[in-house]
Amino acid sequence: MMVKEVLFGKTLEELKQVAKDLGFPGFVAKQLADWLYKKKVTGIDEMLNISKKNRDILKEKYDLGLSAYNKVQESIDGTKKYLFKTISDQYIEAAYIPSENRNTLCVSSQVGCKMGCLFCMTGKQGFQKNLSAGEILNQMVSIDENDKLTNLVYMGMGEPMDNLDEVLKSLEIITSEWGFAWSPRRINVSTIGVVPAMRRFIEESECHLAISMHSPLNDQRKELMPIENVYPIEDVIQTLREYDFGRQRRISFEYIMFEGVNDSKEHALEIAKLINGLHSRVNLIKFHPIPNSPLKGSSNEVMERFKNVLENKGIITTIRKSRGEDIYAACGLLSTKKLVENKSNKDY
Amino acid sequence: MPRKKIELFPHKVVRLTNVVSEVFTLSMERKFDFVPGQVVALAINNEHDPRLYSIASGTGEDVLTILFDIIDGGFLTPQLVQLKPGDEVYISEPFGKFIPGDEDMWWLATGTGIAPFISMVKSGIKLPEKLIHGSRTLDHFLFQELFHDKLGEKYLRFCTAEESPEVYSGRMTEWLKEQSGLPKEIKYYLCGNPNMVVEVRDLILSKGVDFNNIMAEIYF
Ligand SMILES: Cc1cc2nc3c(=O)[nH]c(=O)nc-3n(C[C@H](O)[C@H](O)[C@H](O)COP(=O)(O)OP(=O)(O)OC[C@H]3O[C@@H](n4cnc5c(N)ncnc54)[C@H](O)[C@@H]3O)c2cc1C
Ligand code: SF4
Repeated sequence: MMVKEVLFGKTLEELKQVAKDLGFPGFVAKQLADWLYKKKVTGIDEMLNISKKNRDILKEKYDLGLSAYNKVQESIDGTKKYLFKTISDQYIEAAYIPSENRNTLCVSSQVGCKMGCLFCMTGKQGFQKNLSAGEILNQMVSIDENDKLTNLVYMGMGEPMDNLDEVLKSLEIITSEWGFAWSPRRINVSTIGVVPAMRRFIEESECHLAISMHSPLNDQRKELMPIENVYPIEDVIQTLREYDFGRQRRISFEYIMFEGVNDSKEHALEIAKLINGLHSRVNLIKFHPIPNSPLKGSSNEVMERFKNVLENKGIITTIRKSRGEDIYAACGLLSTKKLVENKSNKDY
Repeated sequence: MPRKKIELFPHKVVRLTNVVSEVFTLSMERKFDFVPGQVVALAINNEHDPRLYSIASGTGEDVLTILFDIIDGGFLTPQLVQLKPGDEVYISEPFGKFIPGDEDMWWLATGTGIAPFISMVKSGIKLPEKLIHGSRTLDHFLFQELFHDKLGEKYLRFCTAEESPEVYSGRMTEWLKEQSGLPKEIKYYLCGNPNMVVEVRDLILSKGVDFNNIMAEIYF
């Protein structure tokens, strides 16, 4: 059976190509974008201003490519964790985090992750695949709260900069007039600092950027995050200094606090030195211990003290409230490892 | 405005060698100093995004060599095997911090993840207490003569799909699981594909080794 191509997740440029390939008039591309991203249809037959004949031609080669979630779990604090099956039968999770003045969805960009950060459940499942732009956006449109969303963060499974083509495509669709027409200021994309891809992201997108720092010290960050071997945090920050982000675009540093590891006053002072003069803020995050992890979270008192040291150095610092911990939806806890098929042709 | 990129310098290809089936070494003229364990960014022209490769030659050699396998559908590696001596490639200055000190060590790798350890052995840095290499087939224990010669019994090969009296049959992870204890005062250097690195790291941690003693280089 011929596997059909998927329409959802195509940019306007790509939809123009689809229309051209099928011999449709040029304006059909804009109509397609309208049905896909504004009217959010669930089937090609709902695209009523496209002729029946053309819809039939479209259906022969294309599917819409939307898929419902497989499972949802709700936390006592209202956070919801959605499980999705991708087109290639793999699983990803997205976390919906409602709060007083905003409703945020945390989306995944990959199934698993290659980066192997020591403290991360996703990292522990290894890498399975890159998500397509459509699979990224599907997380947004297929949750029950789609209409209530105000903010989007690319902080779920995967390293967005390791799948940048598809991430940028998804951002183009969300922020374009012909797409969801969201302001890029409602979107925050995280990275551990894959420098070349991060440069491209900074230059080609207007969205906020969150850098996972977790230690300002090279030797220690190497133990927590293998990326530090090739793209050390000082190079990441040096790269950020080369750009003008304006007043509107936000740079933040994410900092998970590990007891007795990265939570000393010296660490705080080192961070202050490292980001001195860079218009940015620091988010301190409570660590949610993951099974068999050698790391523990810092206490609230230690986090407060750490925050004070940074604030005394003039750095805007927040302690991020933990959400969805009881359903493993909190930061660094997303994983579909138990659903990963174990392939037997390993070399190790 | 063109995107800022890492600076690359033209280097002449000296030779391309087929090590086994899809695995090759590419040797280029040598223009920079490096420390064993470092990588270079490499491209075939100044247009596309370079890829990273561990240096696989010794600091005393007058060429700079990388070890790579052809990735099906990959952009760069299928083109690298078309190169001829005298062609130009573009590489960065060496960089990276997967660099051992003078502590006692175990090295663990799969596939081309053995590359930095080739450089380390060829450069004459302190040898490890064990080098553990995993492969599906017997012919993919890359540079096994070198390691056998320099490390003797300390060189352990694990073959998951074939058997031979000289190598362990089965997975290195199974062997690690069976060890009643692992040395705690040494450093572990892991290099290769992400799934191997995270699985092996978890196993080593589960044997009571402190995370401070585990260094990982991931070929993402
Ligand atoms: C720090 C570092 C050091 C590295 N050192 C080496 C090295 O010494 N030798 C070496 O051969 N490679 C090494 N790599 C990987 C190398 O940088 C390239 O990713 C690889 O050679 C593929 O390049 P490509 O252009 O042919 O494929 P691409 O066009 O970049 O990739 C095509 C597709 O293949 C996938 N892919 C990439 N690599 C693999 C793989 N190994 N197995 C299966 N799928 C893959 C990609 O995810 C992508 O989807 C290293 C990577 C890093 C980050
Ligand atoms: S923290 Fe992010 S980059 Fe690191 S392993 Fe987890 S998902 Fe990947």
